[in-house]
Amino acid sequence: MNAKQLSVFIENRQGRLGEVLDVLKKNDINIISLSLADTTEYGLLRLIVSDPVKGREALSQDGFSTMLTDVLVIKIEHKAGSLRGLLKILGEKQINIEYMYGLSIDGERAYVVLKPSDLRAAGDILETAGVKTVSAEEIAKLN
Amino acid sequence: MIWNETKECMSRDEMTALQSARLVKTVDYVYHNVEFYRKKMQKLGLLPGDIKGIEDIEKLPFTTKDDLRDNYPFGLFAAPESQIVRIHASSGTTGKATVVGYTRRDLDIWAECVARCLTMAGVTKDDIIQVGYGYGLFTGGLGAHGGAEKIGAMVVPMSTGNSKKLITMMVDFGVTAIACTPSYLLHISELLEQADMIKDLRLRTAICGAEPWTDKMRSEIENRLHISAHDIYGLSEVMGPGVACDCAAHNGLHVCEDHFYPEVLDTATLKPVKPGATGELVFTTITKEGLPLIRYRTKDLTSINYDKCECGRTSARISKFKGRVDDMLIIRGVNVFPSQVEAALVDIKEVTPHYMMIVDRVNNLDTLEIQVEIDERYFPDEIKGLEALTNKIAHTVNQAIGLNAKIRIVEPQTLTRSEGKAVHVIDKRKLY
Repeated sequence: MNAKQLSVFIENRQGRLGEVLDVLKKNDINIISLSLADTTEYGLLRLIVSDPVKGREALSQDGFSTMLTDVLVIKIEHKAGSLRGLLKILGEKQINIEYMYGLSIDGERAYVVLKPSDLRAAGDILETAGVKTVSAEEIAKLN
Repeated sequence: MIWNETKECMSRDEMTALQSARLVKTVDYVYHNVEFYRKKMQKLGLLPGDIKGIEDIEKLPFTTKDDLRDNYPFGLFAAPESQIVRIHASSGTTGKATVVGYTRRDLDIWAECVARCLTMAGVTKDDIIQVGYGYGLFTGGLGAHGGAEKIGAMVVPMSTGNSKKLITMMVDFGVTAIACTPSYLLHISELLEQADMIKDLRLRTAICGAEPWTDKMRSEIENRLHISAHDIYGLSEVMGPGVACDCAAHNGLHVCEDHFYPEVLDTATLKPVKPGATGELVFTTITKEGLPLIRYRTKDLTSINYDKCECGRTSARISKFKGRVDDMLIIRGVNVFPSQVEAALVDIKEVTPHYMMIVDRVNNLDTLEIQVEIDERYFPDEIKGLEALTNKIAHTVNQAIGLNAKIRIVEPQTLTRSEGKAVHVIDKRKLY
């Protein structure tokens, strides 16, 4: 099951990240997790938010370049080696991870966001292996 | 030293008589050999016989860079292709290059003009001269080369691109003169300073051109390298380097006006301005066979002075350039029109029509940054996607303008939109 990630292109300028957060706050959009990939000139802010479609509209209106990307949110055991096991399953089937970041920790469970090279195949492989992917509704309820 | 005293020091009356005779001949020649000019003159009701002397030049039509483009590649050549022995090309305003052709006699005259210019800079047959302009379609390398050989100097055809080899040979060969762009020479002087090689130089003069530069840059070059530096001017359409050059007096650039008749015209009325007043420089070639041009608008702003120079030459002098009439930029000696960049960007679907060119000079070398906005529909959400897109744009721009530009993707709506004429260039260099 895919989740929607909201990505925002931001130039490396002072205060620019703050402006993104202002827009989200004004529209009552809660951030569940984020990751920031940066280069010397710009960054890509990747967000898992309570309402990605609304968040995208709000940011676009304020002149930000935004994208919605399908990603997998996966629930794994919160213990040493469990992520390694997950990656091994995907790696054996030639699925690469474009990027990933942690979402949250919920007692004995941890959630990670994954952007695999082949989303559909990765979803199927994980399902077969009995790994849980998390729905958008579930994500919105996290935290 | 004066290379050709007869021509460079003749009285104004003699010069006018010579120019008149040559203009009459040129007009007759283009009328009978170039359809473009014949049609233009017929439209104005002009026959070759109506041009009796230089005072009639105002009756003649203008030629622009667009005319060269519209007649690409050889449409304006007056000599048959079998008599053309050399082609050069420079950038056009969009897409197509501006192509020029030379007969053997044209090349001889070109070498003669460059020889005069090099002599103004003090170069003699005893000099060892490095030519640090690009060799190839660009007129700089081969143009300077021909003149230096004509003088009988020892010519080192360095071309561009290997500064380290250039400074090594400069010292090892005992090079005494160099021809290159002024910004490149400043860069070279820095390398020489870093390597503590200034003391080993035998260099005494430099002939710099292909881009505008200021008196301040000249004194900087002269002081750092302990040489004298001279400004050589030219454009491929008219010939190439050697159309004009400044002598030791550094009080304007002497035009080889027995070959290229200069006019300085008011940019609005296109009527001549008084000597000393600023206007657009317009050239009529009065000896060329391959590609003779009538009243070619250079778009360079200058003023003209007919007084005899303290060096003894009587040829008209144009001032250092005061700017451009159009938006052409000269970056690392390469002519660049924003319209070329625009045309290249339009072909890339991911890019919006909004762009900004930022030209600067860092460590004496010109830099070009092009800021672009990306169409949101094509926005990659991965850094590698953005990098691939940046590389694709850089490659496309390089193919279009022949220069490496740094591409910077900026957020949407950050580049200025203007109601009227859009501003697409910020030039931080102070060249004029």
